[in-house]
Amino acid sequence: MAAYLARRLVGLALVLLVVCAVTFAIFYLLPSDPALQACGKSCTTERIDMLHEQMGLDKPVWQQFADYIGGIAGGRTIGTGELAVRCDFPCLGFSYQTNRPVWDLLLDRLPTTVSIAAGAAILWLLAGLSTGIVSALRKGSFLDRSLMAATLTAASLPVFFTGLMALYLVVQVAEWLPFPSYVALADDPAGWAQNLILPWTVLALLYAALYARLSRSSMIETLAEPYVRTARAKGLPERTVVVKHGLRSALTPIVTVFGMDVGTLLGGAIITESVFGLPGIGQLTMDAINKSDQPVVMGVALLSAFFITFFNVLVDLFYAVIDPKVRYA
Amino acid sequence: MSLLEVSGLRVTFPGDVCAVDGLSFTLERGKTLGIVGESGSGKSVTSLAIMGLHRDATVSGSIRVDGIQVVGAPQDQVRRLRGRRMAMIFQDPLSSLHPAYTVGEQIAEAYRLHFGASRKAARVRAADMLAQVGIPEPRRRLADYPHQFSGGMRQRVMIAMALACEPELLIADEPTTALDVTVQAQILELIARLQQEIGLAVLMITHDLGVVARIADEVLIMYAGAAAEQGPAIPVFTRAQHPYTRGLLNCLPRLDGDAQSPLIPIQGSPPSLLNPPAGCRFHPRCTERTSELPCATERPAWRIASRGHHAACHLLEANR
Repeated sequence: MAAYLARRLVGLALVLLVVCAVTFAIFYLLPSDPALQACGKSCTTERIDMLHEQMGLDKPVWQQFADYIGGIAGGRTIGTGELAVRCDFPCLGFSYQTNRPVWDLLLDRLPTTVSIAAGAAILWLLAGLSTGIVSALRKGSFLDRSLMAATLTAASLPVFFTGLMALYLVVQVAEWLPFPSYVALADDPAGWAQNLILPWTVLALLYAALYARLSRSSMIETLAEPYVRTARAKGLPERTVVVKHGLRSALTPIVTVFGMDVGTLLGGAIITESVFGLPGIGQLTMDAINKSDQPVVMGVALLSAFFITFFNVLVDLFYAVIDPKVRYA
Repeated sequence: MSLLEVSGLRVTFPGDVCAVDGLSFTLERGKTLGIVGESGSGKSVTSLAIMGLHRDATVSGSIRVDGIQVVGAPQDQVRRLRGRRMAMIFQDPLSSLHPAYTVGEQIAEAYRLHFGASRKAARVRAADMLAQVGIPEPRRRLADYPHQFSGGMRQRVMIAMALACEPELLIADEPTTALDVTVQAQILELIARLQQEIGLAVLMITHDLGVVARIADEVLIMYAGAAAEQGPAIPVFTRAQHPYTRGLLNCLPRLDGDAQSPLIPIQGSPPSLLNPPAGCRFHPRCTERTSELPCATERPAWRIASRGHHAACHLLEANR
């Protein structure tokens, strides 16, 4: 088990290194020049060259990449002379437009994004799984067909539509809730939940629909397994048969997708954040792209890659817990 | 009262497929009944009906286990019989064992449920059962998973699991089909030994006449969802009355026969259960049917050949 864990973690580090290299290469090849942006309107060729030198952009590309990796590992001072800035561990670069290290910008936005993703994930997992299980147990019934029709509808509705409808109906017409604005969990837990309930529901609706369909088919498949028949033949109550013997195996594909989805969402739910005006990673990404704030875009890309690979490692560990064959391999 | 009394059993699947049509037999305590038939003859469907494990099918007729009616009984009542008074082992022990639970847990589970035993007591019981079915180092192996056992050992685990609650009836659905021939013999011996020790009645479902000849007291030959012939093993094998039984026996090589004489297969294939042939269901494949008999029009009644030995064939009537 320890060896298994070690292998996964080494794999994680390697994947992140490759992601760093690829992201770095892409941004190096892009035409946009950070020095040009820092230079301002009255810019001369000499000043550009000087800025290049001060920002370290005149160094060979491998040297720049090594500096970048070194910064992530231990922090660094970017540039020299008047433009030198201190960028502490873990240094993901410096945004000259906002005059702040990228990591600080990410840290500001992360709580919002984590709040949205975590709340929505819990909601959709509960709703999706229970709908899927009920459907699977009543396969072919009127209830099953109605639920599946409903999930198909929900899965087809984009977040910008359901989000705006929810805002209009709940906030504007019924006035049940105020317009969402982010409140930190530590400051006011009730306010935090109240403000996030709409984004959670809207995001969870979409995912719950997909998870309901996934868990239904997975559950139908495992309930047809001979070992489930064995469990019934032992005289176990139906609830034990379904949960202990059926669901246990049906969870594997669901957890796989769940890990990927949560990892992706932590990289920013761009549309949800835009619709509800929540200052998360998604909005940061949008702003950075619009203003071609390269270091920030790169930082977000790395952060997303980290979350996705990290959750994949978690999923792998989960496999080891639920599947003894993995544990002993 | 017999331990198992099945009468007029009918199992119909959606789409009007009648997999078992009017089957009756009894099984005494401590005896072995072998049900033999081709794939699709309804033998597995019958065993699942006895266990009350059909979910989509309509079951009618009567199945009594020690006098308790299974057909149409509330699920909870049948559930209390399952695993406790009747248990079942299946053809493929690997897919019939849960891959994610230890064999100890899987054996102990039913014992805890039916006897309200503590985890510890159930563990001891599980180790006892593994020892009884001949698994070395039973205590250590409790913590192993099914994939860590060989095919034969897995079937032993299945048997240990089935017998953990001291049932009176064991239904074995092709328990040796997926195993090597040498292992097959060991498993059959094991079942026979345990039967002796605890006075178990065994319903052995198989398509292998050799298996039946080895352990069955009584034999029931099934064809297309109905009984073709039934009786004590020796008269059925030595004086087979139904042409189908004779056909099955002709397919077997014999040590005392002429090595050059070819095996004679039964021509044709089993009929569709959706639209079974009129009259005797076997008549389209029967080599002994004659136009004087109503083979193609009338379903043959159950005729006595000798004491306890019956067959459903018009020839028996004609020869009387």
